[in-house]
Amino acid sequence: MSESMPTRTLADAGGVDHGAVARRSRTWGWWFVAEHRIRAMRSYVFSWVGLGIGEPFLYIVGLGFGLGMLVDANQGEQGVDGVPYIVFVAPALALAAAMQTAAQENTYGVFGGFKWFPMFFSMGGTPISAAHIVLGFQLSVLVRVLLPLTAFAVVMIVLQLGTVGGALVLIGIGLLLATAFGFAVMSWVSTQTDDRGQLSFIERFVVVPLTLFSGTYFPLETLPLLLQWIGWISPLWHAVELGRTALYGAAIEPMMLLVHVGYLVAIAVVCCLLSIRTFAKRLDK
Amino acid sequence: MIEATGLRKQYGDFTAVDGIDFAIEPGEAFGFLGPNGAGKSTTMRMIAATSTRSAGDLRVLGFDPETHGPEVRAQLGIVPQADQLDEELRVVDNLIVYGRYFGLPLDYVKRRSEELLEFAQLTEKRTARVDGLSGGMKRRLTIARGLINAPKAMLLDEPTTGLDPQARHVLWDRLFRLKEEGTTLVLTTHYMDEAEQLCDRLVVIDKGTIVAEGSPAALIREYSTREVLEVRFGSARNAQAAEAMAGIGQRIEVLPDRVLVYDHDGEAAMSAVHERGLSPITSLVRRSSLEDVFLRLTGRSLIE
Repeated sequence: MSESMPTRTLADAGGVDHGAVARRSRTWGWWFVAEHRIRAMRSYVFSWVGLGIGEPFLYIVGLGFGLGMLVDANQGEQGVDGVPYIVFVAPALALAAAMQTAAQENTYGVFGGFKWFPMFFSMGGTPISAAHIVLGFQLSVLVRVLLPLTAFAVVMIVLQLGTVGGALVLIGIGLLLATAFGFAVMSWVSTQTDDRGQLSFIERFVVVPLTLFSGTYFPLETLPLLLQWIGWISPLWHAVELGRTALYGAAIEPMMLLVHVGYLVAIAVVCCLLSIRTFAKRLDK
Repeated sequence: MIEATGLRKQYGDFTAVDGIDFAIEPGEAFGFLGPNGAGKSTTMRMIAATSTRSAGDLRVLGFDPETHGPEVRAQLGIVPQADQLDEELRVVDNLIVYGRYFGLPLDYVKRRSEELLEFAQLTEKRTARVDGLSGGMKRRLTIARGLINAPKAMLLDEPTTGLDPQARHVLWDRLFRLKEEGTTLVLTTHYMDEAEQLCDRLVVIDKGTIVAEGSPAALIREYSTREVLEVRFGSARNAQAAEAMAGIGQRIEVLPDRVLVYDHDGEAAMSAVHERGLSPITSLVRRSSLEDVFLRLTGRSLIE
């Protein structure tokens, strides 16, 4: 070996304190998972920004102005829920987009992470735990959801729909909804080991019906009582109720405020715990 | 540094690992040699604290993997059977994100990634996407990834399975270098040549149990003769010819495609075969290998 060669070896590269590694990973593992996923997002960011900004404009302008003219002409001065239709529908559109994005990421990201590009297993070989993977993954989904939510808020502010503060609070409500719905989807998808086409059920039979029957495009009360229960169990409806209060001060009982937030938090917590259990089981082969 | 006693893994009614004992010393290259399904990968996962044992005792680098998974994994470099690289990321980013899972600072991880790319002979590919790499390159990248945390031991599960001969030799060369530097290597393989090349010591494992243990040379000395004569008479006639050869050499083994005659002097055995008026289609004298050891111990070939 010549003198210029380093004396330290590749394996013993020096300076790595394995005890500290384990301690840091026990505390910060969730962040490393999110960091990995955010790094991977960089290659998609341009298409997302395009879609993220384009979509809200199309929806709000198309539905709000187009359909809104028809609705407002029929409703006269009173509008819908006391405001022009475009103001009524805007928060619901933003929240529905947040729910849809969270559902997609948790469907294909979670299934793929076990199956198509088994990232979860390679993460399992590092000091981090199953809980870190679950939490970090959801955090990265929230970063992803932030994009459409922000775009919707900007459109609302530009078009002066509701208050600026309300539009900003709406982003927070959207993140809460995405967390609840994201964990719910994850807790089911993580139990699925084979792709037999059932993954698309979430979009077709859960996301779309919930969007249609959660008081999104029209007040829930206009539905026959027989169908209103869909709204009551729908995380989207609870979020939309909060969103309308935030954006234009729709009347709400303080008790219901607690119910809406509590419902979303409860779903998030329960489904998060279920997901952690499933992940831990699948990673321990 | 790794010690197991009575280690067992049960999946329902199926026993994958059936009470094995072994001890791996620092700086040693230790192998688990056995056919597919022998329980090698399961044993590796238990060592790596990614699979909970069903019974027995296991200590890995000072910890019990069941209660101190993070502490164990922090000290290990893992090269799983499937590479499990992030195909969406660039080559160098795969190393960086993996290093971050160990909580290593970003600038350290970046610096170390460049060193490891050089070691893996992938510097030119550093900004390529992983899905465009060849099998051998992906394998080398996985080994580089496993080294990112300066591990005290590397666990390599079937490091060269699925690679073409040239890619295998490049990989062996890299593993040799790690071995020379004193890195503890623990590997599984069903290739006897790989075990002979890389392992200081190995256990032969079959159906979840250890059937022999020792250095490749010692195992061959103990369970086989110095040389082996391989003769082929055509698949229909092998068994009949073997009967006619009875008494030649120390032991005769009949395989579907050939007859093996174990003797310290293969040429002498060959002459004896010809003296009995037998004329094989092909014949070959070679040194005994671990394949012969496995055949002797289990009555089966390693690769079926």
